[in-house]
Amino acid sequence: MTERTLYQRLFEPPRINQMAIGTKVVVYGLLLIWSAVVLFPIYWLLITSVKSAADVNGGPVYIPFVDFTPSLHAWRELFVVDYEDTLRAYFNSIIISLAATLLSTLIGSMAAYALARVKYAPNLVTVLIFAILMIITFVSIGIYGVDWRLVIASALAVFFFLMKAVSSRVKIPLKNGDILFWMISQRILAPIVVVVPIYMMFQTVRMLDTHLAIILTYAVVNLPIVVWLMYDFFTSIPRDLEESAQLDGATMFMTFREVVLPLSKAGLAATTLLVMILSWNEYLLALFLSTAKAQTMPILVAAMNAGERGILWWSMSAVIVVMIIPVVFMAVVLQRYISKGILLGAVKG
Amino acid sequence: MTTPENMTPDRPGPAPVDLTWTANPGGPVSQWIDNHARQLFIMPAVLMILVFSIFPLVASLIIAFSRIRLRGGGYQVRFVGWKNFEKQIFGSEQFHFLGTFTQMSVVGWMVGLSVTGLILWWMYKYVTTQFTVVGFIGRLITASVTIAIAFMFAATFFSGNPFGTLGVTLFYVFVGCGVQFLIGLGLAFLCSQQIRGRNFFRVAFFIPMMITPIGVGYVFRMLADTTKGPFTPLWQGLGLKDFAWATDPWAARVFIVIGDSWQWIPFVFIILLAAFENVPRDYVEAAEMDGAGSWQIFREITWPQVLPVAVTVMLIRVIEAFKIVDLPNIMTSGGPGIATESMSLHSFFAWRALDLGQSAAIAYLLLFVTVVICVSFFNLIVLNRMRQND
Repeated sequence: MTERTLYQRLFEPPRINQMAIGTKVVVYGLLLIWSAVVLFPIYWLLITSVKSAADVNGGPVYIPFVDFTPSLHAWRELFVVDYEDTLRAYFNSIIISLAATLLSTLIGSMAAYALARVKYAPNLVTVLIFAILMIITFVSIGIYGVDWRLVIASALAVFFFLMKAVSSRVKIPLKNGDILFWMISQRILAPIVVVVPIYMMFQTVRMLDTHLAIILTYAVVNLPIVVWLMYDFFTSIPRDLEESAQLDGATMFMTFREVVLPLSKAGLAATTLLVMILSWNEYLLALFLSTAKAQTMPILVAAMNAGERGILWWSMSAVIVVMIIPVVFMAVVLQRYISKGILLGAVKG
Repeated sequence: MTTPENMTPDRPGPAPVDLTWTANPGGPVSQWIDNHARQLFIMPAVLMILVFSIFPLVASLIIAFSRIRLRGGGYQVRFVGWKNFEKQIFGSEQFHFLGTFTQMSVVGWMVGLSVTGLILWWMYKYVTTQFTVVGFIGRLITASVTIAIAFMFAATFFSGNPFGTLGVTLFYVFVGCGVQFLIGLGLAFLCSQQIRGRNFFRVAFFIPMMITPIGVGYVFRMLADTTKGPFTPLWQGLGLKDFAWATDPWAARVFIVIGDSWQWIPFVFIILLAAFENVPRDYVEAAEMDGAGSWQIFREITWPQVLPVAVTVMLIRVIEAFKIVDLPNIMTSGGPGIATESMSLHSFFAWRALDLGQSAAIAYLLLFVTVVICVSFFNLIVLNRMRQND
């Protein structure tokens, strides 16, 4: 046995699958430092929510019962004094994010499954005619205020006429990849680009400040993510079972429900969690689409910046803490289905 | 990728095989449904996206080309052509969107010209080796946008002039995503080693993503406060008690990138961790047997397996990063001046001032920049890699 240098003793593994002592120190050191970076703001949130106004404004105090006496005044204000506002926003958030997540996961994974297993060849000409007519319809109803029955009837008539006249002669088939790219590319749209017209659209149909409006908007905004992740997931699961189900005379819906969905629990759980988090935390769209009845939690957080009185740090911390709890709960529930951690798999190159 | 061990995908790959399903022998309605299952599966998604993004996109475009006056509950639309865009790019709002242009410094000229040179050389190489018409047009767009952005930075940043919102947004996107990628990659690599308490680290590192961006904004404002925040003794020790983050443009921008990174590193981390854990253990062990060093193992075995996931995750992050609005809005309200205002926030402020035309025009400029950069990234990097693999 040759003499090992200090460097070798510290950083070269003595055996395979084992870490040298120096490496161990570095690895755990870095991980612990990052844990502190992640957990300290959370700790600060927790203790700020039990501080009195004087404790917050008088300079930093760090440890409850040692530095300062904790008080539950922020929590009392939130759940006793203003409980109506808080609980309404809370239930709104829960209903909206659950419904939006379910809707977009269902519709998105159906579309992703179809794109992964069925060959589509829609005619580009038909699609373009349809899209242009739809745009004209919307614009003439929404912006110029023409009677909607008249517009839709004439648009349908023109569509069928043009389909007979043009689409049957000129055929430019699109491929599945094109449809997929189109769907995914919708994610590039920043909410700020579309939010004003969406606002006007819901104003026209008198649906502003309703749950349904926000649910639909969130579902569509997250649809591209669902399609992207689930498409990648579906292409990676074997096709045998579906083929035998099909031989046994199963319909496409039955195959999807009985064979494919149970096989894709991991991907579905990961996608659901991501979409859930995104819709639970969304602020800008909710700000535009809700005024009072359908307000969600992020709006409540922003409302703690109460003008002249300054920011109510203690109440705000309490609201943020309350907001984290359901997400943690969801993560724990869904974690069971996700074999290797959170958000796996669905993403691949 | 999450295929259980006992089921290997025997025929993977994206090429769809048309399975032929039968119809359920039921009533006429259910038969009709089964016969049209192919359309019914995809139609809800297609229709929803059409209604919710095509229409708003077109309506936004119309607004961007008009001046809208609100009067007594209704509004009046007047077509003004390119005026809204002109105002942002050449007119009185130029300082706000692109930055203040005065004399370009020597450094500015050098940066601008060298980027132009590099891009031209890259185009020349493309034209002489693998020319296609579509590819050429695409690269032409990428090249001209890159050169325009390079000159924008050359005339503002490298000449000592303030940025506009475009520069700020690009700073957030590239610096932010770069930081998030490097730290996320490092943490994922560390967590994929044989360590104890892996589950604890995994859960703990994921937490920041669960907090609403608004909340993250306020938390970081609280943490960075130099009189009430937890680091007050530190600031006092450094003699920075009176230093306010929000009054120094660069400190404020870095501060926002820190907040954004804190929130989004978990996303990069969790997906890259999955990728690292998917690297077959046997490969690594076999290489260790053969006496390969850890750096060599990382470069030759782990990295090629992780790379495709890394590219996808970065594409997602870049797309999302362009939309940044909550953090600057909460942490600095875009200040000092316009130093931390992202394009989304710029558009939002214009909307709040009831200038709908300008708001939509800025939103469209944002869309243009995002599409060019993301599609270039996708075509030049992702597709190129896929072609090399084939």
